[in-house]
Amino acid sequence: MTRTRIIASAVAALLIGGGAAAFAVAWRPAIAAIEPPAPKSFDPALVKRGRDLAALGNCTDCHTVRGGKTFAGGLPVPTPFGTIYSSNITPDADTGIGTWSQAAFRRAMRSGINREGQHLYPTFPYDHFTNVTDEDDDALYAYLMTRPAVHAPTPANQLSFPLDQRFVVAGWKLLFLRRGTYAPDSAQTAEWNRGAYLVEGLAHCGSCHTPRNALGAERAGASFAGGDVDNWNAYAINARSPSPVPWDTAALFSYLRQGWHPDHGVARGPMAEVVSNLSSVDERDVHAIATYMTSVFGAPTPDQMRRGNEVLAKAKAPAVPASQTEVPGASIYAAACATCHETGRPVPYGGVNLGLSTAISGPDPRNVANIVLSGIRPVEGERSPIMPGFANSMTNDQVAAVLNYLRSRFSNQPAWTGVEKTIEEARRTQTVSLQTSPPPHNAPADPTQRDKP
Amino acid sequence: MNGPGNLDRRQILAGGGALIVSFSLSDAFAQDQAAPAPAPAPAPAHPPKWIGSLKETPFLDSWVRIDADGGITVFTGKAELGQGFKTAFQQIAAEELDVPFKSLKVVTADTGRTANEGYTAGSHSMQDSGTAILNAAAQARALLIAEAARRLDVPAENLRTENGAVIAPDGQRLGYGDLVAGNLLHIQAQPESTLKDPSKYTVVGQPVPRVDIPAKVTGGASYVQDMRLPGMVHARVVRPPSYGAQLIDYDAAAIEAMPGVVKVIRSGNFLGVAAKKEFQAIKAMRALTASAKWNETARLPKQEDIARVLLGLPSQDSTIFERKNPAAVGLKTIEATYTRPYQSHGSIGPSCAVGHHVDDVTTVWTHTQGVFPDRAGIAEMLRVPPAKVRLIHAEGSGCYGHNGADDAAADAALIAREMPDVPVRVQWMRDQEHGWEPYGPAMVTKLKASLDDSGAIADWNFEVWSNTHSMRPGGAGSLLAAQHMAQPFAVPAPKPLPLPEGGGDRNAIPIYTFPNAHVVHHFIPAMPIRISAMRGLGAYHNVFSIESFMDELAIAANADPVEFRLKHLEDSRGRDVIKKTAEAFGWKKGQKAPDGRGYGFAFARYKNLAAYCAIATEIEINRETGCPRLVRAVAAVDSGQVVNPDGIINQVEGAIMQSMSWTLYEAVTFNDTRITSIDWQTYPIVRFDAVPQSIEVHIIDRPGLPYLGAGETGQGPAAASVANAVANAAGKRLRDLPLNRKKIKDAIDV
Amino acid sequence: MTITLKVNGHDHQIDADPDTPLLYVLRDDIRLNGAKFGCGLGQCGACTVIVDGKAVLSCVTPVLLLDGKQVTTIEGLGTIDAPAPIQRAFMEEQAAQCGYCIAGMMMRAQALLQRNSKPTDEQIRAELEPNLCRCGTHMRILRAVHRAAQLMDTAELSPSLEGSVQ
Ligand code: FES
Ligand code: FES
Repeated sequence: MTRTRIIASAVAALLIGGGAAAFAVAWRPAIAAIEPPAPKSFDPALVKRGRDLAALGNCTDCHTVRGGKTFAGGLPVPTPFGTIYSSNITPDADTGIGTWSQAAFRRAMRSGINREGQHLYPTFPYDHFTNVTDEDDDALYAYLMTRPAVHAPTPANQLSFPLDQRFVVAGWKLLFLRRGTYAPDSAQTAEWNRGAYLVEGLAHCGSCHTPRNALGAERAGASFAGGDVDNWNAYAINARSPSPVPWDTAALFSYLRQGWHPDHGVARGPMAEVVSNLSSVDERDVHAIATYMTSVFGAPTPDQMRRGNEVLAKAKAPAVPASQTEVPGASIYAAACATCHETGRPVPYGGVNLGLSTAISGPDPRNVANIVLSGIRPVEGERSPIMPGFANSMTNDQVAAVLNYLRSRFSNQPAWTGVEKTIEEARRTQTVSLQTSPPPHNAPADPTQRDKP
Repeated sequence: MNGPGNLDRRQILAGGGALIVSFSLSDAFAQDQAAPAPAPAPAPAHPPKWIGSLKETPFLDSWVRIDADGGITVFTGKAELGQGFKTAFQQIAAEELDVPFKSLKVVTADTGRTANEGYTAGSHSMQDSGTAILNAAAQARALLIAEAARRLDVPAENLRTENGAVIAPDGQRLGYGDLVAGNLLHIQAQPESTLKDPSKYTVVGQPVPRVDIPAKVTGGASYVQDMRLPGMVHARVVRPPSYGAQLIDYDAAAIEAMPGVVKVIRSGNFLGVAAKKEFQAIKAMRALTASAKWNETARLPKQEDIARVLLGLPSQDSTIFERKNPAAVGLKTIEATYTRPYQSHGSIGPSCAVGHHVDDVTTVWTHTQGVFPDRAGIAEMLRVPPAKVRLIHAEGSGCYGHNGADDAAADAALIAREMPDVPVRVQWMRDQEHGWEPYGPAMVTKLKASLDDSGAIADWNFEVWSNTHSMRPGGAGSLLAAQHMAQPFAVPAPKPLPLPEGGGDRNAIPIYTFPNAHVVHHFIPAMPIRISAMRGLGAYHNVFSIESFMDELAIAANADPVEFRLKHLEDSRGRDVIKKTAEAFGWKKGQKAPDGRGYGFAFARYKNLAAYCAIATEIEINRETGCPRLVRAVAAVDSGQVVNPDGIINQVEGAIMQSMSWTLYEAVTFNDTRITSIDWQTYPIVRFDAVPQSIEVHIIDRPGLPYLGAGETGQGPAAASVANAVANAAGKRLRDLPLNRKKIKDAIDV
Repeated sequence: MTITLKVNGHDHQIDADPDTPLLYVLRDDIRLNGAKFGCGLGQCGACTVIVDGKAVLSCVTPVLLLDGKQVTTIEGLGTIDAPAPIQRAFMEEQAAQCGYCIAGMMMRAQALLQRNSKPTDEQIRAELEPNLCRCGTHMRILRAVHRAAQLMDTAELSPSLEGSVQ
C-alpha cells in the first residue's frame, strides 16, 4: 500500500505559512560533516535501545519503500501539489545520514532541520519529535548509524514553486512548532507519564489520529479526535471514539501488542504496521501507551457502557441466519460475509462479529470499503489472518449495498452519505497501490500475533 | 474432449488421458473373481539382484499385456501422485519393447487389476515398479522374438524388433499382436533378462512430456475429486473437535429436514451427512457441526515444549551403528541439539474418495498410496473379507506421504455401505485435512563430535529421538473412521521401520567415514499427536542435523564446508555430486557473501542407498525484520540411469521449494486440547513473494546403473543447505525448526 | 430457485440457492473440472476463475453476485487439441507436478495477461501471490506465464487465423 502520509492541506499550509514568515527565521547554519562513525564505536546496549525506540517511532514505515532496503527512504508521498519523498536515513555518506554528527541528528529531530541547515518538510513529524529526550535521540542515532549503509539517492521532490523552496517551511514552523521536551505530570503515575511521553513524542500517534487545520497542522484542542491517513480514517481515540465497545487498558494493550482484540477485531491499514512494530518492543512501553491512552479515551459514559454490553451480548449469542434477504445487501452479506464473520471462530482467524467493528460504526465508510475491496493479505511465512478481497467479484453497486446494509444492521449510527463515491475512490486508490507496490512486500515484523488462535 | 454434459461413467473416467483408464464395474468384479491375482511364486534359489517388484509378482502378464490387436498395456501397482512416473514407466516399456511411446497404456494401482506393490513411497516407484516393468518388458520382447523364430524357423539372433513387430532378415514382419496368441506372457519371469544396451536408448533418457499434463491444463477429469458417477450423492464428515472427543448429542431430525439432505450417518463418534448437491451437503455439515455436542479432554502436550516432552517419554533404544578406532583422538569437542516440530503434508486439495456399495461389494476410488494395504484396513473395518472390497487408485492433489487419503477412503466406504447402490463422494474440508491428517513427527537429535589435530573428525556421536514414521493402514485401527465408529478399532501399536531404510533413523548413520562413530535410535512408541509418513521420513531432520553439524565442525576446524565434506567422504558418486554442485554454484573457498546474504551447502545420499543429492543455496535475510529469503539454489543429483531427466528436475525443484517452506515457516500448532493450525492462515507455507530467483538442477546420468528414484532425495539436503546459509548470513546457528523470521531476528540481535 | 449464468460463452439455467458459491455451481451443476476446491475460504486460489476479465476466487463468490457477468474457466480457454496460448505454455514448460493448483494459477495469469500483455517477472509474482502450490512447481509456473505472454504476443503478430479466409 502506498503511503500518502501527508495531508493535502499541509502543502497549502506551507505556502501560506511561508508567506507569513520572515526570511530571517529561515536560515540555519550547517553542522560540519563527519566521517561516518565505525559501527563498533557505539555501545551495543545503546543500539538495542535505539532499535526499540525506532520501532516505537515506526521509522521503517515511512523510510522504507515496500520491498526495498530498510531505511533507504524514497517512499513517494503524493499530494495534489506534487510528491515528497522520504529520505535515506542509513549511514551512507553520500545519500544517507553517514556524515551527520549526533548534534545534527538531534537538531533534525528537534527542529526539523537537516545537517546542511535546510528545513525539512513536516511530513517528517518533528512537531512530535521535539518531545524526544536527548538520550533517546542519541540511542536512535546509535541504532541508525549501525545499520548497513545503502547508497540510494532520495528522488527529488516534485513540488512547484514556491513550495520547492524549503525556507517556506520556516514560516510554518513559526506558526505551529511548539518546542520543548515533555514535561511530566507529577499528579500521574510514572507509567502514565512514560506513556504520555511516548504517545506525544516518538510514537506520534496524533499525526494520524488528530484532525488537521486548514494549514495542515494538528488542530489544537482536538487532540486524537480522528484524522486521515493513506485513504484510511484514523479513528477518534478520545471520548469521541466510535468503537462500539469502550476501550480499556487491557484491551488496548493486547490490541497494540498482538494486533487484534476479540472485542475490536484486527488492526488493518496503516495501523497494521504500527502494531507489528509494537509487537517487538518492551511490553512495558506498550502497557504505558495503553495506560495513557485509556485516560485520553476517558471513562465511558453509562450510555457507552450499556451499548457496549449490548453489542457484546449480541455478538456472543448464536448467530441468527439473516432472513430478510429482500433488504438490498442482506443477501450478499449472508452469502459472502457471514460464512466467516458468523462462524463463532475466534478473532483473528475467524472474522470479527461485525457488531463489534469500529469501521462500521465509524464516521465514514472508507475503512470498510477498503477492507471489502482489498481484503486482508497474508504475511509471508507467518501465521496471519487472511480475508479475500471482493474488488473483482462485486460491482460498486453491490459493495454499496453491502456497506449500507452493514451500517444499518450492525451500528446504531445514521446511514453514511457518499458511499458510492467512497467506493469509487477506494477502488481507484487500490488500483494505484497495486500498480506501485512491487513485491516482495516485506512485513516489518509481526503484523499480528500469531502464537494464539 | 471431456466437456460437460455427457456423463457416462466410462467416458468420464477415461477422460483426457486421466489416470483411470476405461473400465466398468462389472468388468472389475468379473476380473476379481475369474482371474484372481496369481499366488506368489516361490522365490527362485538365487534371486536376481535387480528385478524390482518382479520378485513378489513374477508373472510377466501382471506387468505387460499384449492384445491380439497389438494393443499394449503396462500395469503398475504404484500410484501416480504427480511425480510423473507413469510417463517414465511408459518410456521404459516402450524402450524395451521397441514400440512407439504413444502406443502404450499404463494402468496404475487397482486391487482388481494390478500387482500388489504395497505403498507408493520412499522414492521406490522407479526402483520397484520401474525395474519390474523394465525386466518384464525385456523378457516379453525375448519371448516374442522366440515365438517368431519358431514360426519363421529363423534363429532368434537373426531377428530384430521394431515398431511393435519382429522383423526377419528378409523383411518379413510379425506384429506382436499376432505373436501373443494364447498365454504366451502368462509365464514366470526369469531371474535374468537380456536388456537393451543403454547406449541404444531412444526413448529412455529423453525429456518426454508427461502424459497427464494436457488433461490437467484443459479441465479434463484428472482427479478423484472430478469423478461424477450417475446418481452420486455428496457426503461430508463431521469430525470430532479434538482427538478422543466423545459425541454426546446432535440434532438429526433438523438436519435431515434440510433441503437436499439424504441421510445423516452416525456410528459412535463417526458423524456424517449426505445430500444431493455438494453445497447442500456443506450447509448440512455446518448445521450438523453446530448442533453436535462433544465431550473433550485436554490431553495434548505443550507445543513449545515438545522436544522436552519427547525426551521424557519412554523409548526403545538401539545402537544402530558403531565404529571404533582408538588411534584417532579428538582434541576439540562440540555438541548440539536440533529439533523439529510436527509438520503438515498440507495438500492443496483436501482428501476425497468415492465409495459405491453394490451387491455386498464396496468399491472405493481413492488417492491412497497403497490400494492393497488400505483395502485390508477397510475390509477389517467393515468386518468383511478383502475380496468384498475393491480399491482403485485415482489421482488426488499431491500428498507427500500419508495424508488424509486413506481416512477419506474409509469414510467413503463406511458411508457407502449405509447407502447401498448409491455412489457417495466424500470430500474433506480444509480444516479437516489440516486438523486430522497424520503429521510428520516431531524429532530431536543430539550430536557430539571431536576434531583431531589435523582438523578431521575423530569421533562422531549421533542420537535421534522419534516416533515411528509410518502409521499407514495395515489394520483398521489406523483409519479415523474405524477409530471413531461404534465398536471402534484401537490404534495399532507403532513399530519402528527396519533399517537399512529406517524410519526415525532414516539417514541417521553418517555416509561420511569417521574413525569412531556411534549412532543411537531412541524409538518412542507413545504418540501424543497423530503422525505418519511424510516425504523423506526421518531423513529430513537427520540430514538437516548432520549437515548443519558438519558445517559447525567445518567452522570449528576453520575449513571450507565443501572441502570439509569431501575430506570425509569416500563414496565417489557422492563426491561427484558435491563437486558438480559446488562448481555450478560458483562455490569458492574463503568466499564471503554480500552483506545480508549467506551461502549454504549440504549433501546426502537418500537412505544411504538411493539417490545422491547436493544443494547449494544463497539466502538473504532482512536484518531489521529477520525475514529470510531464498535467492537461488543449485543442486546436482545422481539417481542412476535417467529415464526422464525433466521428471527428475521437476521433482528436485519441487523438493527444494517444499523443504525450504518446511524449514523456514512450518509448524503444526495446538493447545492442550485441539490442533489450532487448521488452514493457510494458521499454517502458512511458501507463497510467490518468497520464490527464489532461480533453481538449477544438474543431473549426473549413470547409464545402465539401477534406477534410484528422486522424489525424496532433495528434502534433507535442501533443509540443511538453507539452514547453513541462514547461519552464514545471520552469523549465528539456529537449530530449532522452523528457522522463522522471529528466531532469525532474535539471533541477529541488533 | 433458477438462475442464469453465462459460463464459457454459454447460458446455463441452474437450480441453486443464490448463496451457493460459484465453485459448486461450476463443478456440481455445470460439471466442469477446472475450478478446484482447495480451501473454500479464499486462502489458496485453487478455485480461481475469470469473471468479466478479472481473476475471482469462485469459492467465496456467491452466484447472486454474478447476474449478467461472464464466467470463464480453464475449459473455456482451449482444448487438448486446440490449446490456448496459456495452456500450450504450461504444457511446453511441463509446469505441473500433481497439477492440482495449476488451473487456478493459469486463470489468474490469464487475467493478468489480458490486461497487461507484457508483465514483468515482478508483476507476475505479485499477481500470483494469492495462489498456493504445495508441490513447489513455482519456478515452472513463472516460466510458463512468461512463455504464455510470448505466445500471445506472436499470436497477435502473426496474421489472425480466424477471420482470414485463405
Ligand atoms: S478454494 Fe477458493 S481460495 Fe482456496
Ligand atoms: S502442482 Fe501440486 S499443488 Fe501445485
